[in-house]
Amino acid sequence: MSAVMITRKVRKWERLPGKNTFCCDGRVMMARQKGVFYLTMFLIMGTCSLFFAFECPYLAVHLSPAIPVFAVLLFLFVMAMLLRTSFSDPGVLPRALPEEAAFIEMEIEAANGNVPAGQRPPPRIRNVQINNQIVKLKYCYTCKIFRPPRASHCSICDNCVDRFDHHCPWVGNCVGKRNYRYFYLFTLSLSLLTIYIFAFDIVHVVMRSVDKGFLNTLQETPGTVLEVLVCFFTLWSVVGLTGFHTYLISLNQTTNEDIKGSWSGKNRVQNPYSHKNIIKNCCEVLCGPAYPSVLDRRGLMPEDSSSALTSFAPSSTSIPAPQTTKTTAPLIPNEHTPDDAKPNIAASAEKTSSHKAKSPPPKEEQPPLPTVPPLASPETDAETSISKDKMY
Amino acid sequence: MATEFHNLQELRRSASLANKVFIQRDYSEGTACRFQTKFPSELESRIERTLFEDTVKTLNTFYAEAEKIGGQSYLEGCLACATAYLIFLCMETRYEKVLKKIAKYIQEQNEKIYAPRGLLITDPIERGMRVIEVSIYEDRGSSGSSSGSSSVSGSTAR
Repeated sequence: MSAVMITRKVRKWERLPGKNTFCCDGRVMMARQKGVFYLTMFLIMGTCSLFFAFECPYLAVHLSPAIPVFAVLLFLFVMAMLLRTSFSDPGVLPRALPEEAAFIEMEIEAANGNVPAGQRPPPRIRNVQINNQIVKLKYCYTCKIFRPPRASHCSICDNCVDRFDHHCPWVGNCVGKRNYRYFYLFTLSLSLLTIYIFAFDIVHVVMRSVDKGFLNTLQETPGTVLEVLVCFFTLWSVVGLTGFHTYLISLNQTTNEDIKGSWSGKNRVQNPYSHKNIIKNCCEVLCGPAYPSVLDRRGLMPEDSSSALTSFAPSSTSIPAPQTTKTTAPLIPNEHTPDDAKPNIAASAEKTSSHKAKSPPPKEEQPPLPTVPPLASPETDAETSISKDKMY
Repeated sequence: MATEFHNLQELRRSASLANKVFIQRDYSEGTACRFQTKFPSELESRIERTLFEDTVKTLNTFYAEAEKIGGQSYLEGCLACATAYLIFLCMETRYEKVLKKIAKYIQEQNEKIYAPRGLLITDPIERGMRVIEVSIYEDRGSSGSSSGSSSVSGSTAR
């Protein structure tokens, strides 16, 4: 296989690891599964268009023209918030480049000292003190960084996200530091829109039934039935969600922390990020600064890295050993490895003999010892392997 | 050993990268962006402690200014919300303005202080605001590999 120089300009989003899809030349960033997001769009647009088609003409004439105008403004706000939540970078932390990852590995080695043979090394945790509270920073084996406080790794998008809240399939993206306020405003405005449409549907049906009778009304405006049904089911879920997130914001907690019970109060553990004042917490989350994206999606890749990628490709296919046992270049984060080889790069020695015997033939001799510090994997860590045993 | 570099271009042309030091984030005051001011041992022979600490402290003040929650950030937030955040298509956020100031400051520091000492600071935004990367260069003419390995072994002995 000959190395072909790519002469067109490659933007950085094309080489980003993780399972995101990008559109509009890197301006739009979403998760891979977008089906539920299309459903959300369809439900909102469908219900609103039925409302504008059936109810609004009658209400504008018989009640006030302000009703459809306000509905249009609310609808536009909902769509703007939805698109902003779905298309923006939630606060993805870029993976460590090889030198940084090696530096961290060396620091960990120095801190652990000599581990006797046969014993698992201690778990990779850093303790920091925030507002008189000890917070543990965990090491991310995929991104090769110690996660900042409140960051978490999303397994669906395969990225570490800062102030990770949750991955929302309805918006087709993670909700994190950068788009949490848009997500909250989306749920809030959608609740208002749902209540608005539901209320005016009832008003419209009542007003028309007084003139023409209930059954005739339903015959004239069949869309009403559909709208009422959608709004009824949406109300319970979205209004509940808005209430839940209002509660979280007032305590300055994320959904992730709430689910894990990080600050539930046992062992006198308290939320170190809360200002202990509801107004201050709300202001920080909703009116805080607009954080910039640290993923440079639209920047151009430097020339030498694109040539390094093309010259690397032939050497990987010429090695007779399967990719699962390759340990010579373990820390390159931005190579698009196939999905089945990606987890094996981190835990080659342990996994190949047991789990992946079906694809490559099991090798007789061990692969050559790596010259970089031995790669850690969750299996070699004491704490994570104990927690994994508990899961099974 | 004194390695003299007169400007940034000369550094990039005639020097080879020996080592990199990463200044980590300081989370003791919360999740706001702040870097540790602890002076790394690898730079002891290269630059004065006070100069380096001044650079990091100035960067910390810049980031604190960008992330300050006060009257101006509320105004910006409310105005943006009222326009459904469309105003950000034409206006730059306060954070972005401060980031530009930071980039200019780092460029200036590199030209005046760090390049003459064979060092280079990378803007933290290029590393996900996780670390300040300080690259240590050696003159290609001198024994680059031996000094490179000695600085690497020096950090593991820490």
